[in-house]
Amino acid sequence: MSAEIKETEPLFSPKNRKLLSIPLNRDNPITMQVLGVCSALAVTAKLEPSVVMALSVVFVLGVGNVVISLLRKTIPPRIRIIVQLTVIATLVILVDQFLLAFAYDVSRQLSVFVGLIITNCIIMGRFEAFGMANKPWPSFLDGIGNALGYGWILIAVGFFRELLGSGTLWGYPVLEKIGLYSTGYENNGMMILPPMALIVVGIIIWVQRSRERDLIEEN
Amino acid sequence: MEEITSIFVKSIFIDNMVFAYFLGMCSYLAVSRTVKTSVGLGIAVIFVLGITVPVNYLINEYLLGPGALSWLGPTFADVNLNFLTFIVFIAVIASMVQLVEMVIEKFSPALYISLGIFLPLIAVNCAILGGSLFMQEREYQSIAEATSFGLGSGVGWFIAIVGIAAIREKIRYSNVPAPLRGLGITYIITGLMGIAFMMFLGIKI
Repeated sequence: MSAEIKETEPLFSPKNRKLLSIPLNRDNPITMQVLGVCSALAVTAKLEPSVVMALSVVFVLGVGNVVISLLRKTIPPRIRIIVQLTVIATLVILVDQFLLAFAYDVSRQLSVFVGLIITNCIIMGRFEAFGMANKPWPSFLDGIGNALGYGWILIAVGFFRELLGSGTLWGYPVLEKIGLYSTGYENNGMMILPPMALIVVGIIIWVQRSRERDLIEEN
Repeated sequence: MEEITSIFVKSIFIDNMVFAYFLGMCSYLAVSRTVKTSVGLGIAVIFVLGITVPVNYLINEYLLGPGALSWLGPTFADVNLNFLTFIVFIAVIASMVQLVEMVIEKFSPALYISLGIFLPLIAVNCAILGGSLFMQEREYQSIAEATSFGLGSGVGWFIAIVGIAAIREKIRYSNVPAPLRGLGITYIITGLMGIAFMMFLGIKI
């Protein structure tokens, strides 16, 4: 019995911790792997939809990676794409119905982008690269790690766009309360426009790669 | 007819898939290194969008929407299968892509070779599913409108990816700040192109 326990890895061994932490920065889905950009940018005009979107992806990717990992020996390789799509679509339908029932306003704001989690390449990418080849627990950590790496970029972009664009955070008028407007400050309406999301992500990449110079790409 | 043309032009410029909704960004960023490959991918996207949007329109109209099953008889009139939308649409897209691939392989091997790996990749391109979902959300009135929306979105995506590929080919000769090289500058250029495309917003068609 005791020998058996020694052989199994502790739940949060250094290797498992790495699965969780590497995608947050050095192997971030959005800034390094270029996965899941599609839905990331369109929902970030406000903080609230960004957080909801991030949580939805954490759920779909965490649970989905475990399901795929449990099924990995039974999925025939030839039809794995459609099996993976079915798993994702089922989970996304759950998220969608949940949002419709409990957070209707946010669900309206996100419109088609909840559905587009299905084709979010980060999910297929992690299923293919990790879930298909690993045990459930590491797959779960990998899924959560990547989804959080995706999520914090989303939340950061949403934070700056809402703060600078509308002067609010989660609908609360922060800048008005600290009295910035009386000094002549004006909101930058540009930040609400869709293209600014791209530029904010570009700046995040700039900051990240200035700090970790070995990530710099060839032109 | 006028309506159809206006939807076509609108979905190319004003509701551009890439610049207004960020759809298909993954392949847009990954495949836009050279103009040649991006032309191939762009054509494939036009093709697939032009086929899947009308097919999904018919499915939505006669299978999924509220009251869509009424052609089966009065007992089915209040059946609403709307919650199945995602799974049906993605299945249609995956099988359509497979079908298009086989048809092209059979009738135009040259085009098949030039499109190569891009065709299967398109199944998970969010622009395709996005096209179908927008079609459902905007409630187009006829199949002609849906088709022109699908083709227009495809052409808009094509213009976007060929444009960024051309800029990226040239930017190799300029001195970009080191941490921005590659991905970073591509994001920022796309943002600037998006701002340029926003000037179409004020135009009434």
